[in-house]
Amino acid sequence: MSVFLSSSFIHNIFGGLATGVIYSLVALSLVIIWQSTHVLNFAQGAMAMFATYIGMTEIDRGVGYWWCVIISVAVGMILGGMTERVLIRPLYGKPEINPIVVMVGFLGVLEALASAIWTSTTRNITEPFSQVYYQDHGHLIFLSAFVIFQMVLAIGIMLLVAALFRFTKLGLQLRASALAPEVSRLLGIRVGRMLTIGWMLSAGVGAIAAVIVASGNFGLFPTNMDGIFVAGFIAAAIGGLESPMGAVAGGLLIGLAEQFILAYWSPNVAPLGGIIILVVALMVRPQGLFTKRMSRRV
Amino acid sequence: MIRVDNLSVNYGAVRALREVGFEAPSGQITAVLGANGAGKTTLLRTISGLVKPRQGAIYIDEFDVVGIATENIARRGVGHVPEGRGVIEELTVEENLRLGALSAQVNLTDALNEEYERFQVLGERRKRHCSTLSGGERQMLAMARALIARPRVLLLDEPSLGLAPQVTAQLMRTIAQLCETENLTVLLVEQNAKSALRIAHRAVVLHLGSVVANGAAADVAADEDLRRYYLGVVTS
Repeated sequence: MSVFLSSSFIHNIFGGLATGVIYSLVALSLVIIWQSTHVLNFAQGAMAMFATYIGMTEIDRGVGYWWCVIISVAVGMILGGMTERVLIRPLYGKPEINPIVVMVGFLGVLEALASAIWTSTTRNITEPFSQVYYQDHGHLIFLSAFVIFQMVLAIGIMLLVAALFRFTKLGLQLRASALAPEVSRLLGIRVGRMLTIGWMLSAGVGAIAAVIVASGNFGLFPTNMDGIFVAGFIAAAIGGLESPMGAVAGGLLIGLAEQFILAYWSPNVAPLGGIIILVVALMVRPQGLFTKRMSRRV
Repeated sequence: MIRVDNLSVNYGAVRALREVGFEAPSGQITAVLGANGAGKTTLLRTISGLVKPRQGAIYIDEFDVVGIATENIARRGVGHVPEGRGVIEELTVEENLRLGALSAQVNLTDALNEEYERFQVLGERRKRHCSTLSGGERQMLAMARALIARPRVLLLDEPSLGLAPQVTAQLMRTIAQLCETENLTVLLVEQNAKSALRIAHRAVVLHLGSVVANGAAADVAADEDLRRYYLGVVTS
């Protein structure tokens, strides 16, 4: 058993899944916003980075790690809600390119602001769990407390979001508002409020991803989410943008692909993994691997 | 009760409704008739606040709802079954019904059971996705979803559209029954004037956005000219 767990194959599986869950979280957060407001939020990564800066730098003032996580998520949610209200709401009903342009601009603003406030040097957050691999009779098992923490947290958040959408009154209203806004209003549902809550949820999920990234080897710097956002975006696209399950699966797929390319080919081409999967997926199923219908209703 | 006063609606330069006025009493069905483009759907959408009028007032039980947000008009007891029924296909029958009950002060379990009793086929299909329902079943679901919130006013936009004649006849009987037992104010928009006039107490005929007739359903049905020119019903 321990020999098997020490094999490089298992090492790569664990490594790929650990990165993959982060991509899955980012992809999931993009899908939540896309479903409710049909906006591709290009500032998703930057918003999460910004919230993480505000939350995690509280560590400097002696605030405990988990409190900082909670602050980051709360700040992320407030930032998400405000973004919908202030930047996105005036653009409903306008051409779909408008919110994209606004959010790309917002991405630039947030990254510049973060550099100005916190400088662009990488900060390492005191990690809450050890990154040292476990050992079994002298054999390395390629799991550390940190990897377990990141997987459990990410999967826990995904299950929580799924349960919220599936089983709660709020989730039902969120789904209805996204699927049929006008009918929902005729049924007395406050659709505007639901859209704001959707953005808050999404930004909260994004902030969790950024907190995990900042707590690991990668560290925290103003552009630390850029590459991760791209991978998350590709993951969401593979899933078809409409499917939370597809987003999660897409994220894991890209994480694994990158890890195996890194291990058996070259670290320099690892980011290609996601692109290759996207191209293949789009050729096989242009509507996304997990989307049921060929086209969306307008 | 609904009272519409001097209501005008423009779509850009096009006048969709011109100085429309009529009253729909409680406990009665008021049919809104007219050809395509007469302004029937616009009238219902304006009452629900989806369309903002240029002028005029809409009283629901003596309360002017013009300028109030759609969701708040719904919460004041206005149930609107839109054209094409508005059943959310991706959700199950029960989820659609639960949505209808969310904004109302009702006990969910009791309310669901009541609707399943009223429309038994919905009870049998409660876990099914609405994309699997037939046209008649969808219409029943749309009605049940509006009724579950215990509305005082029910706006029905072309409920017979796409239904077989027997299904339409049954649906009209259900509407007549509901109006009586729940003391509803029903505004029934129909192109199918004949089947609507059969159950309506009153009728309003619209032509190019204006009211051309307004009175007891029996009188409208008996008026040969109205029938020929505006309702497209030649033989009786």
